[in-house]
Amino acid sequence: MLTGRGQFTGDMSRVGMLHAAFVRSPLAAARVTGIDTAAALAQPGVRAAFTAADLGEPYLMAVLERAEFRPTRMPILAATEVRYAGEPVAMVLADDPYAAQDAAELVDADWQPLQPLPDIDAARAPGARQLHDGLDGNCLVELAMFTDERLPGIFATAALVVEAEFTSARVAALPLEGRACLADWDAAGQQLVLHCSTQVPHQLRSGVAQALGIAEHSIRVRVPDVGGGFGLKCVVGREEVAVAGAALRLRRPVGWVEDRQENLTASFHGHQQRYRVRAAFSQGGVMLGLDAEIDCDVGAYSAYPFTSAVEPLMACSELPGVYKVPAYRALGRAIATSKPPTAPYRGVSRPQIVLVMERLMEKAARSLGLDPLEIRRRNLIGPQDFPYTGPNAITYDRGSYLESLQLADEIIGTQGWRAELAAIRAGGLRAGIGFACFSERTAYGTPAMSLRRMGMTPGYDTALVRMDPSGEVLVSTGTCGQGQGHETTFAQIVADRLGLHPDQVRLRQGDTDLASYGWGTWGSRSIVIGGGAASRAADQVAQRLREIAAHLLEASAQDVELADGSASVRGDAASTVPISELARIAHFQAHRLPEHLRYGLEARETYDPPGTFSNACHVALVSVEPDTGLVVLRKYLVVEDCGVVINPMIVDGQVRGGVAQGVGAALLEQIRYDNDGQPISGTLVDYRPPTAMQLCPVEVVHLETPSPFSETGSKGMGEGGTIGAPATVLNAINDALAGDDVAFDHIPVLPPDVTAALARAQAAVSAAAVQGVQ
Amino acid sequence: MKPAPFRYHLAGTVPEAVSMLAELGEDAKILAGGQSLVPMMTLRLARPSDLVDITRISGLSYLRAGLDGLRIGALTTHRMVETTRDPAVLAGFGVLARAARWIGHYPIRARGTFGGSIAHADATSEWCLLAVLLDAQVVLAGPGATPRERTVPAAEFFCGLFTTAAEPAEMITEIWFPRPSRSAALAEFAPRQGDFAVVAAAASVDIDSRERGAACRSVRVVVGGVGSVPFVVDTGAVAGLPASASTWREVGELAASQIDPPEYADGDAAYRRRLTATLVARALDEASRQ
Amino acid sequence: MKDIRQITVTVNDQVRDLVVETRRTLADMLRHDLGYTGTHLGCEHGVCGACTVLLDGLPVRSCLIFGVQADGRTVATVEGLADGTDPDAQLSDLQRAFSDQHALQCGFCTPGFLMLAEGYLSGGRPADAGEVTEAEIRDVVAANLCRCTGYQGIVEAILATARSRLDPAGRERGDGERGDAGLGGSEQGTGR
Repeated sequence: MLTGRGQFTGDMSRVGMLHAAFVRSPLAAARVTGIDTAAALAQPGVRAAFTAADLGEPYLMAVLERAEFRPTRMPILAATEVRYAGEPVAMVLADDPYAAQDAAELVDADWQPLQPLPDIDAARAPGARQLHDGLDGNCLVELAMFTDERLPGIFATAALVVEAEFTSARVAALPLEGRACLADWDAAGQQLVLHCSTQVPHQLRSGVAQALGIAEHSIRVRVPDVGGGFGLKCVVGREEVAVAGAALRLRRPVGWVEDRQENLTASFHGHQQRYRVRAAFSQGGVMLGLDAEIDCDVGAYSAYPFTSAVEPLMACSELPGVYKVPAYRALGRAIATSKPPTAPYRGVSRPQIVLVMERLMEKAARSLGLDPLEIRRRNLIGPQDFPYTGPNAITYDRGSYLESLQLADEIIGTQGWRAELAAIRAGGLRAGIGFACFSERTAYGTPAMSLRRMGMTPGYDTALVRMDPSGEVLVSTGTCGQGQGHETTFAQIVADRLGLHPDQVRLRQGDTDLASYGWGTWGSRSIVIGGGAASRAADQVAQRLREIAAHLLEASAQDVELADGSASVRGDAASTVPISELARIAHFQAHRLPEHLRYGLEARETYDPPGTFSNACHVALVSVEPDTGLVVLRKYLVVEDCGVVINPMIVDGQVRGGVAQGVGAALLEQIRYDNDGQPISGTLVDYRPPTAMQLCPVEVVHLETPSPFSETGSKGMGEGGTIGAPATVLNAINDALAGDDVAFDHIPVLPPDVTAALARAQAAVSAAAVQGVQ
Repeated sequence: MKPAPFRYHLAGTVPEAVSMLAELGEDAKILAGGQSLVPMMTLRLARPSDLVDITRISGLSYLRAGLDGLRIGALTTHRMVETTRDPAVLAGFGVLARAARWIGHYPIRARGTFGGSIAHADATSEWCLLAVLLDAQVVLAGPGATPRERTVPAAEFFCGLFTTAAEPAEMITEIWFPRPSRSAALAEFAPRQGDFAVVAAAASVDIDSRERGAACRSVRVVVGGVGSVPFVVDTGAVAGLPASASTWREVGELAASQIDPPEYADGDAAYRRRLTATLVARALDEASRQ
Repeated sequence: MKDIRQITVTVNDQVRDLVVETRRTLADMLRHDLGYTGTHLGCEHGVCGACTVLLDGLPVRSCLIFGVQADGRTVATVEGLADGTDPDAQLSDLQRAFSDQHALQCGFCTPGFLMLAEGYLSGGRPADAGEVTEAEIRDVVAANLCRCTGYQGIVEAILATARSRLDPAGRERGDGERGDAGLGGSEQGTGR
């Protein structure tokens, strides 16, 4: 990577390769009454053009096995109707990407405009057009997941009822490498080889096979280096299927590299949600009941394979989070709108639910005159409560919910954050400190996933550990990293079991012909599940090594230790044999071994854990400039607990990168559409992720509460930074503006929001003063 | 995101460039640093038929301060202005070096040119605002048997959204700042450092003496981001007021009351007024301290 | 009719002759005509900086320059960085610092940051700029986008390199001290 020798999909080329360009709808809603590719085909260098009909009208359909779910067919190329601006209707294939784009402009399509449904309100309006046949209220799923008959009574008698609406904007995952694929027909292997920048190679294979009606074994998905995924690439893109279909049809290599404009307007988005919440509190600040209505603006289709229900399901299931909520009701909906579909972007609803719970705590504390940290302490699941089963039927394994808050508070005290706050205020700016406490369910296998009733239920993973005759090890798994350092971490796990140096272990992932089936990398699952499977397989190989060594050294296998590249008999320094020698004998001199120890050194194992909760407390210090509304992040602290830390540098990198994305969601990022459903955030001039100037150093402190539900004691942690940061930053802004009586319940908080709210608050104060005088 | 086809022409001299432009017609464009034009081309928002590359014309990259003010060659990069250590430039035109840091990011400044910014005529552009503030003259070369040259005052050069008084076959060769202004400053607000400004304000002050409470002789203010061209604030009423923070705030409010800003995604009219008041006061305050 | 030109360009000290369509960007020319795929394209409109290379020593967005404009000029890409400063280590001091400071995750933006920093440190920084500060480096780093790291490692790596180049005597050598927990053994750490 550092020397430019990494290989991303767009770096690959093949002799005779064609470049695909997609013809996309300029309108948010229209009937397609005709598509003419003749002018495009007449261009020099153009070799083919396909419409839906040319490809046999393939489609992807994600399924949830729930009566209240309405599946949507997502056509690979739209044939009769387009449901968002940017939806593909045709593809053009040319000798180079410049010619392909020229030709795509010449495809002539006839559009008959329909009424767009640009947002939830438009989609829910009485009499609104239904985006798909058979929908009611444009609802793709309505989940009444939990209820409690005591709630009306609780709300009627509670000392305090907090009622509020919280919203979060549509955002883009924005990996620096957009989506990309290259499909090539391997005549010798009678196989379509699909190189793709994806997080889920096996699901991509399944999706392509289902859409094109071919056998899974006739497709091999190989994943080169991936330039970031963040959930965008854990769904199957229609372009990926179209490219595979074209390569299959033409029997020649076809490549496609998504450009940034496509990435921002025509891939997948996430996080656009609205929460209408009531919470009942006692006089002492104890939460008594919680009632939430959650609407997710999921766009026009359900993304394959996990469906559009991912966001409302996660939101309803996990809203209570780290707090003890005695009575709970949640209603979650996925609403179809004239916008691109959503994928499970890093965090998946948890940035929002944490924001909701943390805002509720702050609001209640303010109303009851309590310290905001004290009210959290009174509601957090405490050390004596584990394992704790919540009203959402989730059992939380041991974490450090109270301890992390306590430690964070101590650290900012020692570091003098409050003095800095005072100094900034003295300089004429507003300043505030915000907290957020949360947990993150990670690494859940099929036991937890099956409760969601997805047609394709993910969760387990597989690993194959093979030692070669030289004593080096190849590990292949169904996970698929994009810079999380799996090569390092998996090597550490396996090398540790086998008594080798990590350099002797190579990881191969992202190849569907090498792993039997797996679920890729997302949902903070890889180290616990993939690493767990690898650890189990390595244990088996280690056991075999010990038995071979025991046979050669005439000792008992229980007494053989594997360390520093050798197998040694405990307590007998002379009885030792290099592991490489064991490997040589196992492969080249199998006849020297008894029957049951012969023929190779390999093991395949699976792992399918119930899931484990990591947790954290985030603290931020921000300044706010009242004249411009500029919010500046000054300090950031994360106290996090992901159980046993396998590699601190990698964990810290994941946390910091996650925080950066969460800060972006809190302060900057927003995919906007106008009232006609036209995208107005189609470039990086309009869509603004944080640069180094919007961030400050993030200090990461670890607590370690080992998980009983993982092979290594570690818990997943890939999303926590993104989950905690929006609530933390929002609370810090609100703390800064508390004296002005301004509080925000939405993200992102943009500079004009701040100045407008301050002006309104000022006007209210003036009006009150005038009334007072009168 | 690949540019549409065009024909490429390399000009070796100014006369060659302008005669090419005259020959190629209205859809031909000059290519200098390319930091604004090329993004528009990859987005296919601009589709010039021809590009006349002027980056190899020698002798257009300079900052020359003399008795007749400061002359900046059209191909002078932003970074050259930012890092100039020429005392003659810094004495009378330090505001240019100080303002350069607001332009994009370092690699953009290393490639983008002064003349290119003026020609692009973005109403929030730092150079456009300062050209108007400091009564700069835009020097244009045009085609002809004997190549002709003319100068247009900056205030007349910018005629509308991304449009200028330059004829299609003319090219900017120089921007001439005839009079020094020691007490000038530029303040702006962008969502992130390096983004296009939402509002930018350039200001200069002329004060009786350096003493506390001295009176202003005159104040000049130009605001960007509030209309299609740099907006010159009417500051006639300010003469005689003391040079003080409260005067600067007053001028800020005055500026805000004169503008009629558009609504964009980055803030409504009220927000732009608010920013204008703040940034004008800030620019005046900084200018008065120079 | 394609508008094409024959040009000569020196890339990483190698003189290359080629024919390009004039609308082809320098980035596409480097990647697909000359095989320097270490230069990445992240936005193609000059914002993300992943395609940053040095043109006659200055860092530029190679998506905003046409290949034909590089005729007769020199270009330096990430593939040329490792030569020079420390042949034994294979990586340059800057690359080593990126590895030591965990300044990369997916690695897609990395070449752009390396060339941005190299351009700044090897001539872009004014000679009289004095002691290098974190704020100064953050301002430079803000030119490019990274979505994985939160920039902290990138800022620290460039800061460390700047300090050691300014004060070679006090140069800290991080290699050799890295344990197994570091990135030393990873594919990314060793810089494939």
